[in-house]
Amino acid sequence: MIDFELPPGAKLARKMVHGLSEGTFRKLSRYYDSYEHEHEEVKELKAMAPMIRGGGGLGGGAKKEKPKDGAPKAERKGTGGASLVAVVAAEELAWGDAGLMLAVPGGGLGNAAINAVATPEQKERFGTRFAAMAITEPGFGSDSSAVATTAALDQKTNEWILNGEKIFVTSGKQCDVVVVWATLDKSKGRPAIKSFVVEKERPGIKVTKLEHKLGIRASDTASIVLEDCRIPYDNILGSAEIKPEEGFKGVMKTFDNTRPLVASMALGVSRAALDFTIETLEKDGIRVRYDAAPHQMTAVEKEIAECEANLEVARLLTWRAATMMDEGLRNSLEASMAKAKAGRAATLVTQKCVELLGPLGYSTRWLVEKWMRDCKINDIFEGTNQIQMLIIARNILGFGREQLK
Amino acid sequence: MISFTLDEDQRQIQDMTRKFAAEELRKIARDCDEKGAVPEELLAKSWELGLVTNAVPEKYGGYAFARSIVTGTIMAEELAYGDLSLALAITSPALFVMPLMEMGTEEQKDKYLPTFCKGSFQAATLALMEPRVQFHVGDLRTTAVDDGDKFLLNGEKCCVPLADQAEWVLVLAASNKGAGPAGVDAFIVPKGTRGMKVGEREWYMGIRPLPVFPLSFADCEVPKENRLGGTRGINYMRLINLSRIILSAMAVGVSRASLDYCLTYAKERYAFGEPIASRQAIAFMLAEMAMETDGMRILNWKAAWKADRGEDCTKEAYLSRSYAAAQTMKITDYGVQVLGGHGYIREHPVEMWLRNGRGFATLEGLAMA
Repeated sequence: MIDFELPPGAKLARKMVHGLSEGTFRKLSRYYDSYEHEHEEVKELKAMAPMIRGGGGLGGGAKKEKPKDGAPKAERKGTGGASLVAVVAAEELAWGDAGLMLAVPGGGLGNAAINAVATPEQKERFGTRFAAMAITEPGFGSDSSAVATTAALDQKTNEWILNGEKIFVTSGKQCDVVVVWATLDKSKGRPAIKSFVVEKERPGIKVTKLEHKLGIRASDTASIVLEDCRIPYDNILGSAEIKPEEGFKGVMKTFDNTRPLVASMALGVSRAALDFTIETLEKDGIRVRYDAAPHQMTAVEKEIAECEANLEVARLLTWRAATMMDEGLRNSLEASMAKAKAGRAATLVTQKCVELLGPLGYSTRWLVEKWMRDCKINDIFEGTNQIQMLIIARNILGFGREQLK
Repeated sequence: MISFTLDEDQRQIQDMTRKFAAEELRKIARDCDEKGAVPEELLAKSWELGLVTNAVPEKYGGYAFARSIVTGTIMAEELAYGDLSLALAITSPALFVMPLMEMGTEEQKDKYLPTFCKGSFQAATLALMEPRVQFHVGDLRTTAVDDGDKFLLNGEKCCVPLADQAEWVLVLAASNKGAGPAGVDAFIVPKGTRGMKVGEREWYMGIRPLPVFPLSFADCEVPKENRLGGTRGINYMRLINLSRIILSAMAVGVSRASLDYCLTYAKERYAFGEPIASRQAIAFMLAEMAMETDGMRILNWKAAWKADRGEDCTKEAYLSRSYAAAQTMKITDYGVQVLGGHGYIREHPVEMWLRNGRGFATLEGLAMA
């Protein structure tokens, strides 16, 4: 039955994470934005890590709960409510500060990937470590089938030898381990691309550069070079077998889980901006009248209402994608819809908020300008808006890559 | 607990209305649009579905199904997917029945509801809109003045569905001018009441099959007992919200119709050696249409869900309506655009959906659940 009542667990997570976010993140926001690479590691966040891991940060998603005996099949495969809790909590964290949220140890996308596909043994080894995700390379961005980083098996030692360069690795500097996408055989195309967990302490892995960004500056973005970097055989996530019929499915599956989380991040940042804008305008005597005559509503009122409607649509699309994940249903289409809608709507909302607050909106004395800068990344990472539209279009048309490039 | 899935009852109702819309509405939609008429047989046939009377309590002759606004939106979407005008026509008696069920006094329900449960289409309607550029539901200019044992109605209404054959018109009028929505009352005005004049049929850009009329009231006398809800009056904003929710659900239906038609067309239409759907310029329009159709549906469900809980949903209904109106405009416009020159020709339905889609920012009080 159609219902919008959040389960008690999600409500509680929302309340708790919101308090944490408000109490801890907001105070630090401006500082870490101003001193992008000059600050020490964010001590306050270390303390938050265990709480976040429980279901807040990006890494919190898709934790598969043990199936109950006799549960229907669909329920067994699902994430039993964890995905919804994760998106609800992620919105609250990002409401506090999106950059800091990404910098919380254990809250990285690498952790999401590990949670989604790791074996129990791997979860044991890597579950508590802060994992970053390394996909992008200098030679490609959206076209992740072009992975040039290689993984070769040394039969004698039963180790993988990794070589290549990764860029735009979120938390690449701060993390403990990196989930690296590498190909077993470039000539075999997509099915040969696998992900590997590389511990930072291994010889041959090196952080070579830190980016200076438009926003989310509290979170480092690193380049990582792998030079004959050896890792144990068991550090591969998923099977080492190259199954042509499976194509890219294995690695792409992570995105079904992380895209709703990024959508939630977008929602959190833009809601922060919109909440603040509405409160500030109210202090100036401007209130949105939802029952006013259309010809008498001001442009500001209409714009605020439009922002609210757009964010609510994005939120509900996001909750839908997460709920489907929880129910064990395939949600690629819905995850992309959530990400596309939220990424775009949130970007526009934060831009509008800067405008609506006049000179003070543009000023660094408030955080609105920072939220606009922070928010933009959500329309880019984990698949740009345009990539999401491509996925949606292929899904609704029943087209493959060849039919719709 | 949170769910985006229909339950078994809702699924059945969706299947039933979807089938009916495909077989009975879509097939004749274009013909009805050209002729500007709703076939009498359709009104009779659709009545058998019980769309209007299923929720009427047994003591008045109904089937006492649990009334749900969410379920109402599901039905409305499916019917409007078939055709908006016909959907509005066949559900038009609900404009009278639903306010009566929800806000009428016991005497009023006893008096009017059984007539609707006799098995054949019973026309009844609601008069809300007024012919002014700045018309707004919060500022009605039709007035009702307390005149001892009766009310005197004065003013102009427009776009009243089936007013020519309606046995009763529920007229919304300001009984306390200046009090805004709180000062609005609804009056049951029987057909042929002196002082109420049904004007010449009106024609709009869209919804052409739906017969709509202007009404004028000149010292029209309405007995005291015809004030809906008696001295208690009505919750006017709730009526407005319900109408906005159901109309927005119909907007979802119109949008989905346009989307589905375009999906098929874009795969079959070849240009430069491949289907036009293989080009991102077209494919991205389709993706946006699909995403926004889903988005407006969920936003609408949320408003309906709140209405079902009896909570104030003025804000949600407003946002749902404004969002649905804007998106439907865009989607039905894209619908014509995807077909290019062919979209402009009346051989294809997309131009009709564009004309129908334009109405959602304007129309109020035309649907109810």
